Amino acid sequence: MLVQDVLGLIGNTPMVDVSALSPNPGVRIVVKLEGVNPGGSVKDRVARYLVEDAEDRGVLTPGATLLEPSSGNTGIGLALVSRVKGYHLKVVLPENVSPERRQLIEVWGAEIISSPGAEGSNGAVRLARQLAVSHPEWVFLYQYGNPANPRAHYETTGPEIWRDLPEVTHFVAGLGTSGTLLGVGRFLKEQNPDIEVWTVEPPAGEAVDGLRTLDDGFIPPIFTNLGGEKLLDRKTVIGPKDSVKWTRRLADVGIFAGLSTGAAMAGAARCATQIPTGVIVVLSPDGGWKYLSADVWVGDLDAVVRRARQSVYF
Amino acid sequence: MPVEVRLPTLLRPATGGRAKVSADGATVGEVLRSVISEHPALGAQVMTEDGELHHFLNVYVNDEDVRYLERLDTRVASNDVVSILPAVAGGAT
Repeated sequence: MLVQDVLGLIGNTPMVDVSALSPNPGVRIVVKLEGVNPGGSVKDRVARYLVEDAEDRGVLTPGATLLEPSSGNTGIGLALVSRVKGYHLKVVLPENVSPERRQLIEVWGAEIISSPGAEGSNGAVRLARQLAVSHPEWVFLYQYGNPANPRAHYETTGPEIWRDLPEVTHFVAGLGTSGTLLGVGRFLKEQNPDIEVWTVEPPAGEAVDGLRTLDDGFIPPIFTNLGGEKLLDRKTVIGPKDSVKWTRRLADVGIFAGLSTGAAMAGAARCATQIPTGVIVVLSPDGGWKYLSADVWVGDLDAVVRRARQSVYF
Repeated sequence: MPVEVRLPTLLRPATGGRAKVSADGATVGEVLRSVISEHPALGAQVMTEDGELHHFLNVYVNDEDVRYLERLDTRVASNDVVSILPAVAGGAT
């Protein structure tokens, strides 16, 4: 394989059969490994689409400054894309993300603006929206409200899954901005309306305590605007303990993935116990590299879980 | 059949500060209406005038979001835990 620049390495990720971990012998489980993208996560796809969409709309001039809230992966992907294309980037990042995420964003020369750790991704979104108002000269890409985010998955991730595994019956992925679920889910259901889309989300934790009223709550505008509630078939909370356990089980079959992959696998395992037969595709957002400082794979499970609770990991 | 209902911090003023209450009911809707009848201040915050869940509230039965089960008709049994949580941004974003 030879590509003209590093952006040509985004997408076309491999899938691996991990049915050895399936709790139901009638259910196959296959993991799509997004960690092999050049910035190390599924968000490289979104970063490229967000920037190229802004270019197509004519809102990006050479040397422009981009702004985006992120708990890590979108910031890293955007830092990579911005460096290759010659834009400046400011990433609003909760202060309690793992140090590897900060370091990666800085590898490609982006600037980090810290948001309060206790407010999690919610706080990063809130601060970025404030900054977008006070700095209209910055281009606010806003993955939570930008249809280019799900479109990246509708045009790339979804078709790749259908091309490689048309037997798929269930798709399981983390909720996050809902871009992956909306894009992949809509594409797969258009091919076969019987395919189910299941999602997992982390416990809301401290971010919820930062809300003064219910009206401070947040649902990604793309989720509401693109009919997310109708598209999803199930939504389950997966806690840090199950996420860590399943991240370790993946290592047993040789897969080095991040904690959000463990959470999605826990969701897939739950799905597998509730269906007689099927083929589940699990989206693995990233590899394990950014989680090494959290000692996810070795050591006492409870200590790892305590550390995971204190950081934004999915 | 009593089930445990867990409340987020911002709803606790309506229950005198309690994080957990016990309520009876065979469905999520019955349980919520029973909690609201004990703690009327919760009513307008949890349900809309049409008797639907507040847009920014998620209700879970044992970690499953009821919007993707049978909504307020989702069955509950003793020892189930019903959790009410506001929607917030999350995820590997």
